[in-house]
Amino acid sequence: MANEAVLTKNFGTKNSHTLGVYEQGGGYKALKKALTGMKPEAVMAEVDKSGLRGRGGAGFPTGKKWSFIPKDSPKPKYLTVNADEGEPGTYKDRPLMELDPHAVIEGSIITCYAVGIHSAFIYVRGEYVKSVQRLNDAINEAYAGGYLGKNILNTGFDLDIVVHRGAGAYICGEETGLLESLEGKKGQPRMKPPFPAIVGAFQGPTVINNVETMAAIPPIVNNGGEWFNNLGAPGVGGGLKLYPISGHVKKPGVYELPMGTTLRDIIYKHAGGIRDDKKLKAVIPGGSSAPVLRADEIDVKMDYNSLAAIKTMLGSGAIIVMDEDTNMVKTLKVLLKFYAHESCGKCTPCREGTGWMDRIMTRIVKGNGHISDLDTILSISNTIDGKTLCPMGQAAIGPSISFITKFRNEFEDYIRKGRTN
Amino acid sequence: MNKVEFSKKTLDKFKSVIAKYPEKGAALLPTLWLAQQEFSVLTPEVEEYVAGLVGVSPVRVQEVRSFYTMYTARPLGKYHLQLCTNITCSLLGAEELLEHLKKRLKVNCGETTSDKKFTLSAVECLGHCGTGPVIQINDDFHESLTRESLDKLLDSLK
Repeated sequence: MANEAVLTKNFGTKNSHTLGVYEQGGGYKALKKALTGMKPEAVMAEVDKSGLRGRGGAGFPTGKKWSFIPKDSPKPKYLTVNADEGEPGTYKDRPLMELDPHAVIEGSIITCYAVGIHSAFIYVRGEYVKSVQRLNDAINEAYAGGYLGKNILNTGFDLDIVVHRGAGAYICGEETGLLESLEGKKGQPRMKPPFPAIVGAFQGPTVINNVETMAAIPPIVNNGGEWFNNLGAPGVGGGLKLYPISGHVKKPGVYELPMGTTLRDIIYKHAGGIRDDKKLKAVIPGGSSAPVLRADEIDVKMDYNSLAAIKTMLGSGAIIVMDEDTNMVKTLKVLLKFYAHESCGKCTPCREGTGWMDRIMTRIVKGNGHISDLDTILSISNTIDGKTLCPMGQAAIGPSISFITKFRNEFEDYIRKGRTN
Repeated sequence: MNKVEFSKKTLDKFKSVIAKYPEKGAALLPTLWLAQQEFSVLTPEVEEYVAGLVGVSPVRVQEVRSFYTMYTARPLGKYHLQLCTNITCSLLGAEELLEHLKKRLKVNCGETTSDKKFTLSAVECLGHCGTGPVIQINDDFHESLTRESLDKLLDSLK
């Protein structure tokens, strides 16, 4: 199957981030089509048909998410684009914002039109200075070009977009943490319900969509939902997906492939296989929070349902590859230190659990571990499981349970050798 | 000590920022960014000034400032070396690079060299995993690092 570039089609073009180049490549045609020829419900229907699911990690069907927003709301409604790309291993939204910011903006405008929103925010992680700059420049161009502001394309539709820069906190990628941060507070997640679709930013109904999700909207409007859905692997559908792959592969990069491409193909066909032709040991299929897979599990299709069936997840689609020389004990320590550092501290199981697991792993790595520590980590993980306010707790136990369960022998050997490691 | 106050230019920027939000308090993060650019360090005096501008209590400013890792309450060196030590970069050798930096600069993580030139930090994933190991120096990213390229990079910083 030939791979069609849709989301990445402009990446190789010089000055792809500027309005003129974007328009030359057919940019803002979808916006014109939607605003002048389609009712909001018709746009939503195409997105429904496209099989597009949220590209941030949770994979919620995008059209369905939009449909939860009340049509008549006494409070203003908002769109918040989640560009807080912080899931370790994930680097797919950054190229979209740096190389094709107008695609993100066009998708956002169409989304707002479909849902009846007149104010949007793009929440960009603080470290992405260039993304912030490129988005701001593109937004200024879009205002000047009549694509933003009052009476867009003379259709009477109004929309403002503001770029909001974060300041370094993984938890702000969680949607309600993001909303708190947008409102000028600590990014600590909210209790749900109420869900953001009812009470979100500034107490108004709010749609929160990932950058890649937004970039998929213009091609869906241009070519139809069915067309996009058919771009997914046969029997899977759901369009194309950006798979950022990193670690011990020959050709790391962001690959745009049919949803449901097998993990083996992505690693060996597209990313060139393992560096120095070593053997594969393990791979994390969907960002660091996704439970790890062994080398014998990579014939799985990279889509939401296929990965869930083998007890891991597609998440952000970020693939982290580990070769035969990887020390799984030290690698788990790196991840658990991360989750302990990033726990926001609001609810007890995550705050105490991640810190405790990190301290145990520190002791193990230093050679002072006990075999019983492994069961203690599993027991802490089970205590976190399903008992936290937000998915951060779940994210932390994805690696802890899977690393220890699938590579238990290596952990036990490491502990037995103690200080000689 | 000089009175803490934005320059005219920054004050104008602040006014355009606060106008973009439906609630004044929402401008706290961007205002802290402006303050950090203007004053380098977010001292209690700066926090109090920002609190007045945004219309929230000083303690709210302090809790927000201290929640986010990129705001700083202490002076940093001229170059803030932020080496990613998360999973992909560590698989690609970030740990050795960090040890090398500590030795070369004679500082630990979180410390600044005595000539105030470098502050060293180990940070979490910077979203450049395809070209790791990566270091962020102030606003710029430097990718696919080796010990040699890192040394060369540091040598080039005056």
